[in-house]
Amino acid sequence: MQPRSNLYVLRFTAVVCVVCAVLVSASAVLLRERQLVNVELDRKRNVLVAAGALGSDETVSQEEIERRFASFDVVAVDLRTGEEDGSFDISGYDARRVLADPDTSRAVPRNAAQVQRVPSRALVYKRLDRDGRTDLLVLPVSGQGLWAAMYGFLALGPDMKTIRGLTYYEHGETPGLGAEVNSPRWQALWPGRQAFDEQGSLVIEVIRGRAGPVAGDPHRVDGLAGATITSTAVTSMLQFWLGDDGFGRYLERLTTIRGDGSDG
Amino acid sequence: MAEPRDVLLDPLFTNNPIALQVLGVCSALAVTTKVETSVVMALAVVFVMSFSNLFVSVLRTLIPTNVRIIVQLTIIASLVIIVDQFLKAFMFDVSKQLSVFVGLIITNCIVMGRAEAFAMQNTPALSLADGIGNGVGYGLILVAVGTVREIVGAGRFYDWPILALAADGGWYTPNGLLVLAPGAFFLIGLMIWALRTWKPEQVEEPES
Repeated sequence: MQPRSNLYVLRFTAVVCVVCAVLVSASAVLLRERQLVNVELDRKRNVLVAAGALGSDETVSQEEIERRFASFDVVAVDLRTGEEDGSFDISGYDARRVLADPDTSRAVPRNAAQVQRVPSRALVYKRLDRDGRTDLLVLPVSGQGLWAAMYGFLALGPDMKTIRGLTYYEHGETPGLGAEVNSPRWQALWPGRQAFDEQGSLVIEVIRGRAGPVAGDPHRVDGLAGATITSTAVTSMLQFWLGDDGFGRYLERLTTIRGDGSDG
Repeated sequence: MAEPRDVLLDPLFTNNPIALQVLGVCSALAVTTKVETSVVMALAVVFVMSFSNLFVSVLRTLIPTNVRIIVQLTIIASLVIIVDQFLKAFMFDVSKQLSVFVGLIITNCIVMGRAEAFAMQNTPALSLADGIGNGVGYGLILVAVGTVREIVGAGRFYDWPILALAADGGWYTPNGLLVLAPGAFFLIGLMIWALRTWKPEQVEEPES
């Protein structure tokens, strides 16, 4: 075949590029709203799962998720001071963009969870009881797993020590091994465990092998079989996010505010 | 002139892209831990391959030969992005599980292989048939591997419990090997063996 002229090649490729660009952009723009709804719904769903208000393999309608989520307040927390920031605009909060921007996040010292930056203001989810006290608090947690970063939610009871649940909404762990972090069986081991001991030290740990029942062995959780690195990653990220660089100061404040001496 | 029927059906067993041409094995290992992801991945590849073959074939007399590969790639990449956007909008959970592998259909050797080897020389109708056939041939292996991996590796089929797991008080201890990539290698190897025993003409001449 006769080679085509350079002008023809340029014209042809330009037309192909424009047509493809229009199709790709159109699909991205037209579907964007629906995708955002999905992402938002997925986040709410996972807050509910961590809080124990929704089974992890329970299928419910969008309306039902919205209805159950309505009992939660979304609050921005200043991680450095541990204070809630009511003036902060939480609509359209994009955790990834916040972390990428040096004005809205800061670097943290090296840590076992391999968290490099934390947001200046993080969103937490609170459920208040009738007297306006926090009876459930859901915190975002993240850290490096075996293959990829893991993102999840940890729910704490009114004493800010008792774990109510832990779930991961994004991770790249090995199916059948590390990915069992999201199996209902492993998740069922968490409610009732104590993140802090009597002296207030952060002691929660995923061990190798089997831990005892909640009552006798409140600070330890069974390791995931065949997934030591994932198990250690879970320990590291809980230690990080409940510690001083994470939500430690905020938890301290909430405990002081309660100040009624009850152990929950 | 090839018969449309053969073009459509040959890639299923006689000339299967994975089992005979041994193409697209990378994604066949990655997404087949569960039947559901295998099925969605198979459908995505059927869609992409049908339309990329169709469009490349329609444009085949117009595409300048010196830039043909990049033109094919542009068409394939656009289709893949559109599929990815649709999955994110309508099948969010599955798209989360498939993560990067939908995007990686772009680099799936089968898609470009068929565009270059078939669609550039054949009519649009035949090329469409070839795209569907190869997509389904790829999908068949994917779903077969996914079925065995999910049942043996997790005791489930399409997320439905099949075998009572020892962890839940049953009798079955899942075989972790099949959940990992090497398990899929063994399965694909066994399938190729079975297929070549059934159709001995697929066996290659020994290298001297």
